[in-house]
Amino acid sequence: MSPGIHEFISIDLPPMLAGTFACLSCALVGNFLVLRRISLMGDAISHSVLPGLVVAFMLTGTRAAFPMFVGAAAAGLLTVGLVELLRRYARIEPGAAMGVVFSVLFALGVLLLERGAGRHVDLDADCVLNGVLEGMIWFPPSEWSEFATWQTLREVPRQVWTLMAAVAVVGVFVVALFKELRIVCFDPGLATSQGYPASLLNGGLMLVVACVTVASFEAVGSILVIAMLICPAASARMLTDRLSSQVVVSGVIATVCGVSGYVLGAFGPRWLGFDNALSASGMITVVAGVVMTLSMLFGPQHGAAVRFVRRVRFVLTIAREDLLGSLYRAQERGEMSLAIVEVADATGGAGGGLAVRVARRRAILRGQVQERAGRVSLTEAGQKEAASIIRSHRLWESYLVERGGFAPDHVHDAAMRLEHARDTERRARLEPPQPASAIDPHDRPIPPG
Amino acid sequence: MTPQQLPPGARSLLAGRPEHSNLSPLSVHSMTVAYNRKPVLWDVDYDAPAGSLIAIVGPNGAGKSTFIKACLGLVPRASGVVEFWGQPYRAARSRVGYVPQREAVDWDFPVSALDVVCMGRYGRIGWLRPVTRGHRRAASVCLERVGLGGLAERQISQLSGGQQQRVFLARALAQEADLYFMDEPFAGVDAATERAIVDVLRELRSRGTTVICVHHDLQTVPQYFDHVMLINMRVVAAGAIGVAFTSENLQRTYGGRLTLLAEASEAVARAERGS
Repeated sequence: MSPGIHEFISIDLPPMLAGTFACLSCALVGNFLVLRRISLMGDAISHSVLPGLVVAFMLTGTRAAFPMFVGAAAAGLLTVGLVELLRRYARIEPGAAMGVVFSVLFALGVLLLERGAGRHVDLDADCVLNGVLEGMIWFPPSEWSEFATWQTLREVPRQVWTLMAAVAVVGVFVVALFKELRIVCFDPGLATSQGYPASLLNGGLMLVVACVTVASFEAVGSILVIAMLICPAASARMLTDRLSSQVVVSGVIATVCGVSGYVLGAFGPRWLGFDNALSASGMITVVAGVVMTLSMLFGPQHGAAVRFVRRVRFVLTIAREDLLGSLYRAQERGEMSLAIVEVADATGGAGGGLAVRVARRRAILRGQVQERAGRVSLTEAGQKEAASIIRSHRLWESYLVERGGFAPDHVHDAAMRLEHARDTERRARLEPPQPASAIDPHDRPIPPG
Repeated sequence: MTPQQLPPGARSLLAGRPEHSNLSPLSVHSMTVAYNRKPVLWDVDYDAPAGSLIAIVGPNGAGKSTFIKACLGLVPRASGVVEFWGQPYRAARSRVGYVPQREAVDWDFPVSALDVVCMGRYGRIGWLRPVTRGHRRAASVCLERVGLGGLAERQISQLSGGQQQRVFLARALAQEADLYFMDEPFAGVDAATERAIVDVLRELRSRGTTVICVHHDLQTVPQYFDHVMLINMRVVAAGAIGVAFTSENLQRTYGGRLTLLAEASEAVARAERGS
């Protein structure tokens, strides 16, 4: 084995694995917190475990992993219970209830720490926030063949095993109880009435959140725990509309964040010519934030960019249809073409002058409109399209007057909007019934369909 | 042990009481419900006639939804016994369906219409078992029955309000229950959905199913339902439309609310004319 690889396995692999496992376990269970809109619960739990740790230490007198874990998990469940009590009886919103509970419990932990166990629980703010990823070191044997021995594996940092177990627990929990979690998050009443008690399942979910939070926060710090409970799930939600794919995607995102965040933190500065590495969990959190931002912007269905493009296209369609409509009306008055300046006025400049200009270009590209010497007129294809728009407009006017009881001089603006809903899906619902006469309320003919 | 926690098959507590029947899909005896020690429902006694469509009517805050939730054990009862066909809820659960108010759930939830309908079958699927293809097929038949066959894969936020209500109805059908509780299925739906719901209710009745609906529109009570239960913190009156849906009972239920009263008396007058 080359020294480079040996160094990587010794210094980088343990924290990278621990960080990634922490991300993965938080992300999987985070899906259900985000869906139930109680994501802050992870934040609350990761802070309020402090008194649990101190009390566990005071009772047992050791800092062994197991009593610490039990104390922390108990404190986590206590948090959940107190939040529920406050929410029910103090009549405050869930966020406020969580805020009150975790700040009080955290403060209680600090007091207990000062009073009793001060020397023995080494807990400083930096460690709580950012964890001790960088402190994990493994001294692996120098030959590949010796890796699989019990002795070697025992020297792998404890956090790696703990977090691997956390991933396994969460994975089994989510896969085995997927259907149950889905129904209880969507409709707790139905779940209970079908024999899946919401209180039991929510309690189970909270227990798993508490375990994952406790297991992760020692290694990666509470900042990363909170980010990982929310970011991958929320990012995945932007990318898919099914819970099953959301869970899978959130797991992929968490893994990518964990690995790439660690690599960027550990090696990124060196690539840029700096000397010191950056905090791995800090970098993972930042990567998660970037992923979240990107998916918010570029998600295929709900992304801001897609929505913006959709809106722009709709505005342009409206402007183009308004252009065709006003040319049609001009023809009815006997003008076969309109000056470009007049068109902008006639269409009311919907969406601003730019939209009108772009829409005119698009109409020309589609062969619906021709432009000659500063004047525009309808082509044969444009004639057909325009008639269809005007038909829609005048049918709506008739409908609003005859069936809706509006006065004839009140319906033009409404019809101006409704006329654009001509896609086949909406047509079935919006297509007005054929009025008795083919004359609209303003005594103009309705073009045949 | 409270009556709610009786093991399946336990002997009926109400069997010896002549005023209740073991054949009734729902027998409520002396049920009182309180939120934060404030009573919401007082001493409710009710026997639902089998195979009928029953409207629960009453002013806002009268405890109509609470009645349903207390029967199903979704809110705790301060006292009283509720039995389904002479059995406690636990034993009869698979025969009882529930349609909550549409606002009760998050319609942005990442599931398809078919997923939601499948949830109606979870009761018979059981813990830790996956939703099989057979259940999905049964669920899609239910979606077709409410006229949404083409929208099975649509994410639920992309459905209109009426379509969402119909998804809930399809989910109830998928439960294949013998007794349904529906909390305002007609609230804020379009005409097509209202017709679809009424058709489904009538079809259910023709198969002997009992449906208990919280209903707000007094005008349509005589048209859609056979029985009525008038609630205002307690049961003011209950029985067949012709007997219980009288202007006097409505006045006692809605006492003091003049606009509603006017509306109610008109509805009664129409019911009396039989139109």
